[in-house]
Amino acid sequence: MSRWLPRTYLTLVYLLLYVPILVLVVFSFNDSRSGYAWGGLSLRWYEALFNNRAMVQAMWNSLWLALSAATVSTVIGALTALALHRYRFRGKQVLNGMLFVVMMSPEIVLAISLLGLFLLVGLQLGYVSLLLAHVTFCLPFVVITVMARLSGFDERLPEAARDLGASDFTMTRTVLIPVIMPALLAGWLLGFTLSLDDVVVSTFVGGPSYEILPLRIYSMVRVGLKPEVNALGTLLLVFSLVMLMLSQWILLRSKR
Amino acid sequence: MKQTLLSLSNLSKQFDGKTVLDSLDLEILDGEFITLLGPSGCGKTTLLRLMAGFEHPDTGTITLGGEDLTHTPPEKRPLNTVFQNYALFPHMSVFDNVAYGLKMEKRPKEEIRQRVDDALAMVQLGEFARRKPHQLSGGQQQRVAIARAVIKRPKMLLLDEPLSALDFKLRRTMQVELKRLQRELGITFVFVTHDQEEALSMSDRVVVLKDGQVQQLGTPREVYERPANLFTARFVGDTNFFAGRVDVANGDDTITVDVFGLKRTFPKPDFQVAAGQLLHVLLRPEDIRVLAPNDDDGVAGKVVERNYKGSTLDSVIHLDDGTEVLASEFFDEDDPTFDYSLGERVKVSWVDGWEWLLPEENTETELEGAVDA
Repeated sequence: MSRWLPRTYLTLVYLLLYVPILVLVVFSFNDSRSGYAWGGLSLRWYEALFNNRAMVQAMWNSLWLALSAATVSTVIGALTALALHRYRFRGKQVLNGMLFVVMMSPEIVLAISLLGLFLLVGLQLGYVSLLLAHVTFCLPFVVITVMARLSGFDERLPEAARDLGASDFTMTRTVLIPVIMPALLAGWLLGFTLSLDDVVVSTFVGGPSYEILPLRIYSMVRVGLKPEVNALGTLLLVFSLVMLMLSQWILLRSKR
Repeated sequence: MKQTLLSLSNLSKQFDGKTVLDSLDLEILDGEFITLLGPSGCGKTTLLRLMAGFEHPDTGTITLGGEDLTHTPPEKRPLNTVFQNYALFPHMSVFDNVAYGLKMEKRPKEEIRQRVDDALAMVQLGEFARRKPHQLSGGQQQRVAIARAVIKRPKMLLLDEPLSALDFKLRRTMQVELKRLQRELGITFVFVTHDQEEALSMSDRVVVLKDGQVQQLGTPREVYERPANLFTARFVGDTNFFAGRVDVANGDDTITVDVFGLKRTFPKPDFQVAAGQLLHVLLRPEDIRVLAPNDDDGVAGKVVERNYKGSTLDSVIHLDDGTEVLASEFFDEDDPTFDYSLGERVKVSWVDGWEWLLPEENTETELEGAVDA
């Protein structure tokens, strides 16, 4: 009895987590048009998905946006973390606290204020406004990830490099960046994921000129869900699994 | 006569208003093994970091072979550092760690390979070139750090407590090895430690530091046998301090001093003495002679502690006036059963001429400084 209880509990938890995903994957191969009945194996929804030009375009847009937002926020975030870690300057505490404010404030508040700002400066809503918004909410996560790595960083390493003849720039390139690489990678992936599935902020600051996937799916749900969304979900799942394995592989390799 | 290689003059450094170095002057000679010795917080590490260029002095200058280095960044100084916790680059192999300095000089690949191989062979790590630092033991990491620091053939090697993370036996081995390396390479070594035994056994000269000032600069023998002040005497080795009063300052080069009511005659010390003046008579435990209670010579007391140390018998003797005396005696072949029982009555004396005299100081501040010795 005492042995069965924890096992049952654990099984239930995992079922709760994975059954919906499994249902999505299975039904993406369903030949039936109905979402409730099984009509045999088929790849028709994948075909439908790739024939849906608007959908494919939205997917590429989303990937490109996530890629650029993650990259820009990793660069800015890493530099911010380095500055916060290395230097003592006026307003350091304020800057540090403001990052947390961005992270903690409700997304809807961020969305409304960004929209207000973009309208005020007359920025046309589209890729640029989306990028700026996504970088804004990704940034604190990157900074915190990199700062965590830097706090365990041996302060003697940069000194050792300088001592052996490296300029500040060369030291950064050959010692600092390689050592904090795992954190940069983790921060980048975090930013990528956050950007890829953001709905709230994107709803406000996105424009018709640059449609992205979460918004596209969201609008489809309102008119009625088609099984091709299952196919899309499965593809995204495979994509994120590959990304995850890739990052783990890079991390393992950098440790060895 | 050796030439001055590095000369520090009037160096001062403060951190957050706290003085760490106080107008310090020091000349380091070419090819010597010099040790900066002192308790933690005495400024020895700061001094080393100023030489390396990681810190800048508030006042004063650093010159190397006549060239002013005071404001030269660390990468442009012809000296290298071995760090306390090695500071090996964790993402590079042993080979790449050692090669780093040469790569910065943009040396040809073949030359780098040859010199790194030689350096690794010198520290007996030839077969570890492909390993990462975390796959090595502490002692091996230490050797990599040394190989990396000497590969550019610096004029001077700065070592910041390099042996403090090693266990006792390994430390002894590395001490011998470092001495050998220093002889072979002919590089000036500036070695920082708080371990007085290490300082005495390895150095050509020892700099005793306290509160950012040089307390004494001399050979290990000078520092141990003729300490310049009470701090040095307390910090370097165990010492008995006996209170003495000058009885007669003889006109010639001797004085008579009253110690425990005994009149002893000493050579005149190199400070001013006058009759009636108080002074300290310093005796190392191994200078003390323990005599039978019925001996004519010596001061009476009783044994309160005895420690068998293998080659010596160390004892603590309580004199009748309350003074504690540390004695360390070698075993005598003729008397293998030589020992004391606790409470045994003895008399304490010493060999004439082995004592060292120091003037009375304000001892309270001195005691504070010696606490963590």
